[in-house]
Amino acid sequence: MDPRTFTAEAALAALHGGQVSASEVVAAYLERAADDRWGSFLALDGERALARAREIDAAAASGYRLPLGGLPIAIKDVLSTRDLVTTCGSRILEGFRPLYTATCVARLEAAGAVIIGKTNMDEFAMGSSTENSAYQVTRNPWDEERVPGGSSGGSAAAVAACQAPWSLGSDTGGSIRQPAALCGIVGMKPTYGAVSRYGLVAFASSLDQVGPFARTVRDTALLLSHIVGHDPMDSTSLHWPEPIRVPDAERLDGLRVGVVEELMGEGIEPGVRDAVERALVLVEELGGRVVPVSLPNAEHGLATYYLIAPAECSANLARFDGIRYGPRHEGAEDLLDHYERTRGERFGTEVKRRIMLGTFALSSGYHDAYYGTAQRVRTLIVRDFENTFAEVDVVASPTSPTVAFPLGERLADPYSMYLADVCTIPVSLAGLPALSIPCGLSEGLPVGLQLAGPAFSENRLLDTAHALERAIAFDPLPPGLA
Amino acid sequence: MIEAETVRHVARLARLHLDPDEVERMRRELSSILEHVERIQSLDLAGVPPTTHVVALQNVMREDEPRPSLTPEEALREAPEVLAGGFAVPRMG
Amino acid sequence: MSAVAAGWEPVIGLEIHVQLATLTKMFCGCRLSFGDPPNTHTCPVCLAHPGVLPVVNREAVRLATLIGLALGCEVAPHSIFHRKNYFYPDLPKAYQISQYDEPLCLGGRFRALTEDGEIEVRITRVHLEEDAAKLLHLGGDGRRAGAARSAVDFNRGGTPLVEIVTEPDLRSAADAVAFLKQLKQTLEHLGVSDTNMEEGSLRADANISVRPVGSATLGTKAELKNMNSFRFLERGIEAEIRRQVALLEAGERVVQETLHYDPESGEIHPLRSKEEAHDYRYFPEPDLVPLSPDRAWVAGIRAGLPELPVERRDRWVRDLGLSFEDAEVLSETPALARYFEQTAALADPKAAANWIRGDLRALLRERGEEPWESGVSPAALASLLALLGSERIPTRVAKDVLAQMVATGADPERIVEEQGLAQIGGGDELAAIVERIVADHPAQAQQLREGKDRVMGFFVGQAMKATGGRADPQAVGALVRKCVMDGAG
Ligand SMILES: [Mg+2]
Ligand SMILES: [Zn+2]
Repeated sequence: MDPRTFTAEAALAALHGGQVSASEVVAAYLERAADDRWGSFLALDGERALARAREIDAAAASGYRLPLGGLPIAIKDVLSTRDLVTTCGSRILEGFRPLYTATCVARLEAAGAVIIGKTNMDEFAMGSSTENSAYQVTRNPWDEERVPGGSSGGSAAAVAACQAPWSLGSDTGGSIRQPAALCGIVGMKPTYGAVSRYGLVAFASSLDQVGPFARTVRDTALLLSHIVGHDPMDSTSLHWPEPIRVPDAERLDGLRVGVVEELMGEGIEPGVRDAVERALVLVEELGGRVVPVSLPNAEHGLATYYLIAPAECSANLARFDGIRYGPRHEGAEDLLDHYERTRGERFGTEVKRRIMLGTFALSSGYHDAYYGTAQRVRTLIVRDFENTFAEVDVVASPTSPTVAFPLGERLADPYSMYLADVCTIPVSLAGLPALSIPCGLSEGLPVGLQLAGPAFSENRLLDTAHALERAIAFDPLPPGLA
Repeated sequence: MIEAETVRHVARLARLHLDPDEVERMRRELSSILEHVERIQSLDLAGVPPTTHVVALQNVMREDEPRPSLTPEEALREAPEVLAGGFAVPRMG
Repeated sequence: MSAVAAGWEPVIGLEIHVQLATLTKMFCGCRLSFGDPPNTHTCPVCLAHPGVLPVVNREAVRLATLIGLALGCEVAPHSIFHRKNYFYPDLPKAYQISQYDEPLCLGGRFRALTEDGEIEVRITRVHLEEDAAKLLHLGGDGRRAGAARSAVDFNRGGTPLVEIVTEPDLRSAADAVAFLKQLKQTLEHLGVSDTNMEEGSLRADANISVRPVGSATLGTKAELKNMNSFRFLERGIEAEIRRQVALLEAGERVVQETLHYDPESGEIHPLRSKEEAHDYRYFPEPDLVPLSPDRAWVAGIRAGLPELPVERRDRWVRDLGLSFEDAEVLSETPALARYFEQTAALADPKAAANWIRGDLRALLRERGEEPWESGVSPAALASLLALLGSERIPTRVAKDVLAQMVATGADPERIVEEQGLAQIGGGDELAAIVERIVADHPAQAQQLREGKDRVMGFFVGQAMKATGGRADPQAVGALVRKCVMDGAG
C-alpha cells in the first residue's frame, strides 16, 4: 500500500475489510517514517510496532477486531510512553524511559492503534517553529527550507509527509493549530479538560491540552473520539456530554460565523487574509451567515499568555533536578551547584528564558503587578468570548498571521517568534475548542483557517470544518511528495 | 527594564547557572519582553476577579484506597546515582 | 516563667504539623508506612515523574475538617490549594502543594489547663498539605551536619499533613508544652493521627518573641524548628527566650529568621543557608480544583464529633465534683478516662478518682500495668469502694484487699468473706467478747467507774487483740461503758 494515497479512514476500511493486514500497513508507514528528510521523528519504535501489528493480525484472524485495527500513529515526545524514551526535546530528559503511559496514549493502544515513534518538538513545547528542539531541526514538507511550525512540528510534518496517517500533539498557546496551518493539515485543540492531561509533560497546566493531527476533518474527529473523556487521574478532566461524531455535514444553513476583526487586520499577511476571506465566502455559499465580531481584549492575549504560561512552567519544570531521573552535572561542589549546573547546562535557551520570566513574574515584589494582572486580564478575555458566543456559533480567523517562515528567521528575536501565536492564544486562555483546516495557498504555502466555538462545541466545529473542507477541496499532499 | 542584579537573583531562585554573558543577554531579552507585556498593567481592572481555572469543577476527590506501588527497582531505575536504597543527593554541606 | 529574666514577657505561637492516619497518601494511592525499607511505597505521582497529576484524598479532607471543627473553626465554603515553590531533595516536585490564603478551616480556639490555670489559645487556621520525603544521612553521626553523603527515601513523601497555626497567645515554654500535650490528647481522642512525636507524626514549630512586660506591641519573632519531643519543645523555647532577652538587654536587636534547635547540644543556630534564600512564589495549583464542602457533609462530621477531653474534663468537675487536677490526670489517655468513667458510674466518683490516681496506679506501677489492662475491673474496684463506704472494712484493710485484687484478680467481697476481714461493729458477738474482757479485769473496770477514762484505751486494746483488729473502736467503747455501768448496779 502507498500511505500517500490513504486517509486514516480509508486505511481503516481496508484493514477491517481484510484487504490489507496491520503488519503491511505498519511496515509501509515505518518505511516512510525512516526517511529522515524532514526530521519529524526523534525515535522510531519499529520492532515493537511490528510485533504489536502481528498480534493484532492474529487476533483479527480469529475474528477479534479492535476499532483502530492496527493503524499506526505518531506521538509527540511530550507524552509519556512506558519504556519508550521520552525527552520532550530536552537534554535534561536525555535517555529517560518513563515508568507509565499517558492516559490518552493508553486508550489509543487499547483501541488497536500502533505507536510507530515519538515526534520532534520545541523543548518542553516552548516555541512555534520546532527549532528549539535540543536534538534536531524539523523541515516543512512543503518547503524544506522553512519551519513546520511548533511546538508540535514533528507530529505535523509526519502527517503532512504521510509518515503517519495521524498523530497526537499538544497545544498550550497554538502548538497544534499553528503547525497544522503551516503544514497544510488539520489540527484540533479540544475544550480544556476534554482529554486527560495525565502523562502529558506539563508546560502550562491551566492551558495544556492534547489533540489530534490528521489529513482530513473526519480522521481528526475519529482520532479525537478515542481520546476524550473523564480520567480519574486528572482532577481537571471533564465528563464528556456526548460522543464525538465523525462529521458528514455538507451545508452550513443557519450557522452564524463571526469574523474576529482584531485578527484580520494589521500584522496579518495579505496572502493569508485573502485565503481566509475566500473561505468565508464559501461559508455563505454553504448557507451560513458571516458577521464581524470583536474581541476587544484579544490584543492583550499575547502579553497575558507570556506571563501566565511562564509562571506555571517555572514551577512545572522545577522537578527536573537530576536526582530521581535524567542526567546530572557530575562533580558538583555542593547541592546548590548541582542544581544550577544540571539545570543551567541541560535546559535550552528558550526554556531558561521562560523559566526566568515566570520566576520573575511570581517573585515577591512583582507577583501582583505581573502574574496577578495577567490573571485578571485573562478574565476579560474569557468574558469577550462569552459575549461573542451569545451572538455567533463559531468564530473564524487566520490560524497563523503568516505562512511557514524560513528556518532561523526568528531565532534572534524571541518576541517575533511569540507573535506567531497571536491568533491562537486568546482561544487557549479561554479554554475553548478550536481547530485549523487548510484554506488555500499563499506563495505556494498552506494557509490555515482557525474555527473556534464555545466549550463542548467540538461536534459543531467538526461539522463546520467538514463542510468547508469539501468546498475548499484543498489537496494536503505537498507537491514534492506527489 | 531590569537590572543584571535582578537577573542573577531570579536565576538563583530558579536554580539556573548563567554565565556572565548569558546574564547580560537574559537581561536584554527579558527587558524587551517585559516592555511588551507590561502594557496590560495600564488596563482598568477594578473589580475584575482573577481567572486561574477555566473548568467549573469543584470537590474532585479520590477514595482513600491503596493502589499498587512501584518496586524499589522500578522507582530507582532512572536515577543517576543510587545510595543505600535511596536516590543519591550531592553533598549537602 | 522560670527561664525568663524579670521585666520581659515571652510571646509564643505554635505551628503544629499532624500526619493524618489515612490509608494512602495525600495525592496518590501509595500506602502510608513507617520503618519500611526505603522507596518501597512510591509511584510516578509521589516521585514527581514527568506528566503526573495529583488527586485529593477524600478521607484526608474529612479528617482535616474533623480537626477544624473540634478546634472550633469555621469550615470555609470555598478553599483552594497553592504551590509553595522551593528546591530541596526531599521535595520531588520542587513545590509543596499546600493551602495559602484560602485554607480549609479558619478562626477557632482551644482551652488548655496550665499550672497557672486555664488559658484559651486562638487557632488562626487549619489547612491541608503534603509531607516531604525523608533524607537518609550516611556517615557522620547520622545528622545532616557532617554527613558524608545523603540519599532520599520517598516512602514518607506525600503523606497527608494538617497544619494547625495558633495566634501568639502563649506566654511561657510551660504553657506551650501544656497546650501541645492537651492538643495531642484531643487529636488522639479524635483518632485522626498517631501523634507520635519521635516518629514525626506530630511536629511543632514555635514563633517566639519577647517584649517588655506591659508592652502591647510585638517584638521581632524568630521561628524555632525541629523540637521532636515535649522536653525539647520546652528547652528549645526557654533557650530561645534567654537568647532574645540577652540580645535585647545587650542593646542588640533580634533578627527575623528560622532557627534550628539541636537537642544534643541544646544550641540554637540559623537553619537557612544561602542555598535556601527563600521566596516561595505561591500561586494557585492549576492541577487541582477548589474544595467547597457541602453543608450537609460538614454537618454530618460535626454531628459525629465525640465529647472532647476538655468538655469531659469540665463535666467531671461540674457534675462529679472532681478537682481540675484529678480531671486532667484521669483524662491523660482515652483508656484511663474510660476506666474512670466506668468505675465512677458504680461508685462515689471522688473516691474512685482518689483510689485510681493513688493506690491502684501505685500498686500497678510495680507490675508495669495500666488500670484498664489489670485484673482489677471497674466493677471490682467499685465494690471495694462500696465495702469501704459502708464501713464494713476500714481503709487500712481496703488497701490490703486492693493489693490482693491486683495480685490475684480476686473479687473484693470474696477476699473479705474468706479471710473474714469484715469489721465487727456492735452486735452480740462483740458484746460477748467485751463482757468477758470486763469480767476478766475487775480492777480496770473499777478505775473506769471512778472516772479514770485513760483505762478505756486498755479495754479497746484488749478487744482489738481478741478480734484480730476487726473491732470497731467506737463500738467497743460504747459496749465497755455499758457493761461496766451495769456491773455497778
Ligand atoms: Mg506547612
Ligand atoms: Zn505514590
